Amino acid sequence: MSVSKRRVRGIFRKELREYRHNGNIIVAMVIFPLIFLIQPLLTVLTEAASASNGLAHEHVLLYMLAIPALVPAALASYSVVGERQQGTLEPVLATPIRREEFLLGKALAAFVPSLAISYAVLAFFIACVELFAHPGIAPALLQGPDLLAQVLFTPLLAAWSIWVGIAISARSSDPRVAGQLCLLASLPSVAVTTLIALNLIPATLGLALGGAALLLVLDGLGWRITSAAFDRERLITGTR
Amino acid sequence: MIYLIRWLVRKRRRPTDPIEPPAAVSVETLAAAPRRDGAAARTPSHFVSAERVGVPRATQGAPALSVHNLGKRFGDRTAFQDVSFEIGYGEVFGFLGPNGAGKTTTVRTLGTLIAPTSGSATVAGIPLTPENGVEIRRRISIMPESPGLYLRLSVSENLACFADLYEVPDTGDRIDRALRAVHLADRARDACGTLSKGLRQRVALARALLSDPQVLFLDEPTSGLDPVAARDVHDLIDDLRRRGVTIFLTTHRLEEAERLCDRVAILNTTLRTIGRPSELRDRLFARTLEVKTLVPLTDPDCVFAGLSAVDGWHHDRPAGYVLDVADPAVAAPAATRALVAAGADVLSISESHHSLEDVYLELVNQDQEASRG
Repeated sequence: MSVSKRRVRGIFRKELREYRHNGNIIVAMVIFPLIFLIQPLLTVLTEAASASNGLAHEHVLLYMLAIPALVPAALASYSVVGERQQGTLEPVLATPIRREEFLLGKALAAFVPSLAISYAVLAFFIACVELFAHPGIAPALLQGPDLLAQVLFTPLLAAWSIWVGIAISARSSDPRVAGQLCLLASLPSVAVTTLIALNLIPATLGLALGGAALLLVLDGLGWRITSAAFDRERLITGTR
Repeated sequence: MIYLIRWLVRKRRRPTDPIEPPAAVSVETLAAAPRRDGAAARTPSHFVSAERVGVPRATQGAPALSVHNLGKRFGDRTAFQDVSFEIGYGEVFGFLGPNGAGKTTTVRTLGTLIAPTSGSATVAGIPLTPENGVEIRRRISIMPESPGLYLRLSVSENLACFADLYEVPDTGDRIDRALRAVHLADRARDACGTLSKGLRQRVALARALLSDPQVLFLDEPTSGLDPVAARDVHDLIDDLRRRGVTIFLTTHRLEEAERLCDRVAILNTTLRTIGRPSELRDRLFARTLEVKTLVPLTDPDCVFAGLSAVDGWHHDRPAGYVLDVADPAVAAPAATRALVAAGADVLSISESHHSLEDVYLELVNQDQEASRG
């Protein structure tokens, strides 16, 4: 099976144009990053310099891994069921597009903005800490392994959220239900990163490597499961 | 350097797709076609020769659609069954039937959106199998009853998306031509959500024309349109027919089917009948003459029974009579002479005309009575 880049690009571009014209999607994309930015930022900026010793043993930065877990879920949950509700799915599926091309286009359209937002928020957080936090806080907070984990786990978590979100969207008949289910499905990832950030799960190199390997496997599985869940006939007729 | 050499070699070797025939019609010619505004300019319905419209040699003689005992079940429910027909290139084929008869499901099945549970078909010369889905969908277009447009996007953005999905070359040019063909070039930048229902329907039609399909499935294309907009769609269908596009038209508008279609089929889960509208009328209704006189005849049996061209007669109203005849051209003069000889004051003698609607209602009534019985 050959994947047509042009058809994938067609879906991707169309999705981005829809985001641009749809204020609700922009709000959904912005609200989670704000929640996960403001709280740690306030905490860090109000910390006294003496708190740097304590911070050195925590992983506050990892809180922000919730962003790549939640933002793409909100986008992916609407991807198929939304088209179905608008009545635009049938004309799209009546074109020569393969399901893999359709899903890749949808996934990329959720992946690229999520990644951009996650990295932008991280960069903004780091800049604020460097500029406005008490001296000593920044070196304690911005540890190399944490930054590396943040950079590496962001795409892995986003991809996992997207495949789960699209799979749920492909099997749902109501966008609201799909949205809620997707948020629920993202909670385990958010819980794990939060527990690591709070040091309740010790952050070790082994854990990082194991987690990355597990997410890689899950991302591969997610792609296959989502493809299997995408049933052209069921989506068109609502049966089977 | 290696990539450049590979690219050049690939470019030189790239074969023309042996199973991808050239498109039967281009929107360029369609847009360039003069718009017909009057009935006098309309061409009579006829098959267009494959040679004339540039239908590929490989497909000449072969039907555009060939369906054999096709059926689809959803669990215990039968959507349609034992449907068989063939449609030639350049034919406009009307598919009629009551709500729930299985028309849309048939279109979706032939459009590879859903899989049949029985029977076989070839669409645009390609067997209807799951493996051939992409190849079939390249050669056809489906315009569903609901336009299914992205309402927040502009008209041209909608078409650009579908141009990518069909991988059409010269996207901008093709979009312009498709929009000109449906007289929407000046609305290209408008958001689809701001258009009226009729204009949305036209955008959907432009979208269906983008890929220069060999077979075009139109599901209720004039549903909800005002008479002027509906006439525009009819004109466009006429233009497409003249250029060799096969059109599979699902409609509830019987006068539309009668006016546009070379042949029609009436479906009510099973195929009830198929043929040219005139054939269906002849098949279902006996040919009759309607006679009206100023006052009732004193002995009509004496007047009509002696005529060899008249098989029988009955009263229609006090001074009206319906004569069963084999050939109205022979029977009408004979009946006129007999009436004049009997001293009757004849107001009119005319052949009864049954519309496609009469045929449709008769068949649907038969089905309803059968289901009650």
